[in-house]
Amino acid sequence: MSCVETITSYALRSIGIGERLLPKTDFTLCEQFVLIGSGLIWNVYFAFFALLFGFFLATAVAMARASDRWFFSYPARAFIFVIRGSPLFIQFFIAYESFVLIPKLGYDLNLGFVEITMETRWLTKAWLGALVVLFLNTSAYSAQIFYGALLSVPKGDIEAADAIGMTPFTKFRRVVWPSMLRLSWASYTNEAIFLFHATALVYFSSFPAWQQKGDALYYAKYFADKTFNPFVPYPIIAVYFVCLTLLLIGLFGIVNRRLNRHVASNR
Amino acid sequence: MFEYCADPGTLSGYLWWSCYLTTGKEFGFYISFGVVLSLLFLTVPLIMILGFAGALARRSRFLPLRWFGTIYTSMVRGVPDIIFFLFALIALDQGIEYLRHIILCPDWTEPIRQGNDFRVCPAAKMPLGNSPQWVHEVYGFSLAIVGFGVVFGAFAANTLYGALDAVPKGQLETGTAFGMSPRQIFRRIHLPQMWVYALPGLSNLWMILIKATPLLFLLGVEDIVYWARELGGTKTAIYAYPHGDWRLGYFLVLLVFYLALTWVSERVFDRLSRRVSRGQATLGGTA
Repeated sequence: MSCVETITSYALRSIGIGERLLPKTDFTLCEQFVLIGSGLIWNVYFAFFALLFGFFLATAVAMARASDRWFFSYPARAFIFVIRGSPLFIQFFIAYESFVLIPKLGYDLNLGFVEITMETRWLTKAWLGALVVLFLNTSAYSAQIFYGALLSVPKGDIEAADAIGMTPFTKFRRVVWPSMLRLSWASYTNEAIFLFHATALVYFSSFPAWQQKGDALYYAKYFADKTFNPFVPYPIIAVYFVCLTLLLIGLFGIVNRRLNRHVASNR
Repeated sequence: MFEYCADPGTLSGYLWWSCYLTTGKEFGFYISFGVVLSLLFLTVPLIMILGFAGALARRSRFLPLRWFGTIYTSMVRGVPDIIFFLFALIALDQGIEYLRHIILCPDWTEPIRQGNDFRVCPAAKMPLGNSPQWVHEVYGFSLAIVGFGVVFGAFAANTLYGALDAVPKGQLETGTAFGMSPRQIFRRIHLPQMWVYALPGLSNLWMILIKATPLLFLLGVEDIVYWARELGGTKTAIYAYPHGDWRLGYFLVLLVFYLALTWVSERVFDRLSRRVSRGQATLGGTA
């Protein structure tokens, strides 16, 4: 099979398009590159949506954590403590075991006026279940980062906003929030990198890869196990991850420049 | 363990529990907590040694050494640690066997890589095929320690490099003015003052290390995750202590264990950071 054929048959293998059967013997370099790259689709998918949704929950949790009212701050603190204090690996296990148990407990939600049937079977699949775990995980870590930044928003800025009569919401949107992002962006970039790397754990914890549709590490391990030679697939996946990490740093750098565009540079 | 445990089928209530929680397998589970803790404490010295080596290599005046240090410290930033563990473990294992193969069987002519196999002569196997089970386990555990050490050593090197850089230059120049040798300056001024800058990064690293220990399970060590899955799985009536799927319960125990571990660590690091910032010209030190 030529390399072009390999690409057409395996480039989208991880999402179920193309050749069904994985190569069994005589792996070419091209096959390893294409299949591991195909698995990368899942890593990007998990990282993108977890970060996207996590960003909003993290902002909310950080606000709740900074709140004066105990019924906001206590749950936020507990959430951050439990997620940040335990390994992601264990969180994956616990989430999977509980997602498997849910349907047995019944899933009809009665809201008084309307009855909602929760579809829970998707939760045991990686694309949703693992995404939920990663989403909660990054929310807690980012919330802690945002919370730290929230406390360092200059007091003068807030007083100035009060002085010109901004409503609380306008004040938040135009003064507090941009400052918070600006102050926390470097740490938040780190967290995004960590989360992206954590996506490699998905198919290694509890969530099974259905029909061998796995992420990059799933295929890398497949090749390493079959050939008993770690010196080809792991460097390939490492190169992929380094490239995507650099891309991520670049993207976050663009946002960082925009957040800091009014600040005089000291360079 | 207790005498009344001879026939568990007849027991109920807390008597059943007292027997269930003291079976040999359960003790395997308890001991595995010790395995995790011992991994943590055994890797820390290795991590610090490799961290210092990496940081000093990166500061070295000798260019190839500096390159080496830079590559070592920056490799972990781009690649997930789990990939390094999986890679380092097989690579180390095969590397050791390959070296032993060359030394022990010089007249072996067959190639080592035959298709999809890695074949060394029987005498070079590590551990030897006929060695007892515990040797295999200890060997696997030691490989895991080295793997953890190499990966987290790179993280530590990053932190220590930054901390060595953060010590104000004036402090070191004062040492020169007093006529100290570079070695004396490093030992008496640079190193003691570095800790206050390194501590936040190192405490963060310790937290990451704690939370990376369940990966031991992926490396084939019989750690707490292994036992939790083993013991928590459904046990049918042919077992002495039949029960349903208790894996969730076992994992919640692990969750509590890790939460306690991180909580205690946080307290310890808080005290430590107060200790090292004493007398330093920083906000924490003077306030």
